Amino acid sequence: MDAAQALADLTEISSQIREAALVGPDGETIAGSESLARAARELIEAAGAVRTEGVVSQVEVSTAAGSLFVVRESDRLVAATTDPEPTVGLVFYDLRATLRSAFDGDEPAEEKKPRRRRAKKDEEAEGGDGEA
Amino acid sequence: MARPRTISLLAAIVTFAVGVAFFRRGIGRGRERVDVYFDDGSMISLSDGRADRLLEIARAAL
Repeated sequence: MDAAQALADLTEISSQIREAALVGPDGETIAGSESLARAARELIEAAGAVRTEGVVSQVEVSTAAGSLFVVRESDRLVAATTDPEPTVGLVFYDLRATLRSAFDGDEPAEEKKPRRRRAKKDEEAEGGDGEA
Repeated sequence: MARPRTISLLAAIVTFAVGVAFFRRGIGRGRERVDVYFDDGSMISLSDGRADRLLEIARAAL
């Protein structure tokens, strides 16, 4: 799916979300607000300094004016701002789904799983059927 | 005996104002929170000085 389309779907589905942005592997803004994308990069970097061990996967900053969410998968980010006191779990779920649909078919190299090869027996059996 | 009464009234007003200020500050702080989730499933909730930088970024974005 197109990244812009994924963001449009997100804001349409989730009424809690005000604004959203997608950040690509090189830190570039793929879709959405440039200022929000910058905030997402800064927030993930600052959150990473909180603890030395482990990698930050998601952040929620809640203020009286609203909340800022950032979700990371590998080297990609999605960020969103919401109204105050949102349904946190739902927002995280929607953001993760958006990130996956936006980069669908564009998996990072380290996450690629080897394709299962069909067993030789099956191939032979199919070949045998075809001949018969 | 107007003077002690005035002092008492002033003291009551000051106490009320200080109470309101502390109460509002407490509410404001209660609504500001930073939750950082890690890939190992752990989560840290920041509310002290460590949250300041993250809150600053969020306020600018909001």
